[in-house]
Amino acid sequence: MKYYWWKILAVLLLLYSIVLGLLGPVPALPIVNETIRNVYFHVPMWFTMFTLYLISVIYSIKYLSSGSVQHDFVAVESVNVGVIFCGFGLISGMLWANFTWGDPWPNDPKLNGSAIATLMYLAYLVLRNALEEEQKRARISAIYNVFAFPIMIVLMYILPKTTDSLHPGSGGNSGFGQFDLDGSMKAVLYPASLGWILVGIWIMSLRFRIRKLGYKEDVPIV
Amino acid sequence: MKKIILSFLLVLNGLICSFAQSNTGAEMATGLRSSGKIYVVVLVLVVLFLGLVIYLFTIDKKLKRLENHFRK
Repeated sequence: MKYYWWKILAVLLLLYSIVLGLLGPVPALPIVNETIRNVYFHVPMWFTMFTLYLISVIYSIKYLSSGSVQHDFVAVESVNVGVIFCGFGLISGMLWANFTWGDPWPNDPKLNGSAIATLMYLAYLVLRNALEEEQKRARISAIYNVFAFPIMIVLMYILPKTTDSLHPGSGGNSGFGQFDLDGSMKAVLYPASLGWILVGIWIMSLRFRIRKLGYKEDVPIV
Repeated sequence: MKKIILSFLLVLNGLICSFAQSNTGAEMATGLRSSGKIYVVVLVLVVLFLGLVIYLFTIDKKLKRLENHFRK
């Protein structure tokens, strides 16, 4: 990882999103009021999680064809960091929902779907812990990952759109585009999403390098 | 860089346009803004964020040093 430019870009994008996220103009809407600014932080968490899970499944498939343990390392560290961003998404969503929907967990299909998807990926990590032998562990968890990913997509992005939901964009609610008539929110949301995705990949790359180093030097690093 | 400049111009445009829109009646945190206290919030968040970023960079540098050491 000789290159720092994308890490600095990530930092700049996120600084921009924090400053303009708080100071920039947002539509004045009832109930959400200023909390609509949470969109700049809550939504990128999920974009980052999705990107990391996508990287993970790609490297799982790569492992199945190559057998190279490095691919397996990328796959597992992507899930590790993805689960953390998933947790941040859940926490930020629950805090927000508590004050706007009146309930931190109002049995909304998207929330329930994300909870089940989280449990699935935690099960991936538990599965890895249960298998001792390196090749077996990598192969079986890669196959599990290949199943988990499309199920996660269905649970979080397809099913909520088909039923009644509180989330914008699902279940008969107009999408985010209704809030964002003049594009002033998209101007902060898109750079913020890119910034957080880059940070997520950065943290994953750090964990991957630590793991690779430990593997090379035979040092047991988690 | 182009994206940042373009995004900044977009926001500036939005800011200028927003003076033309009438308030729909939903309360916004104009008190925090008019007293200038919003800048305290921004400052706090920026400081915390930069702290985390510095932490990430130090981990990165340490790792790089280790990798170079073992590459020899």
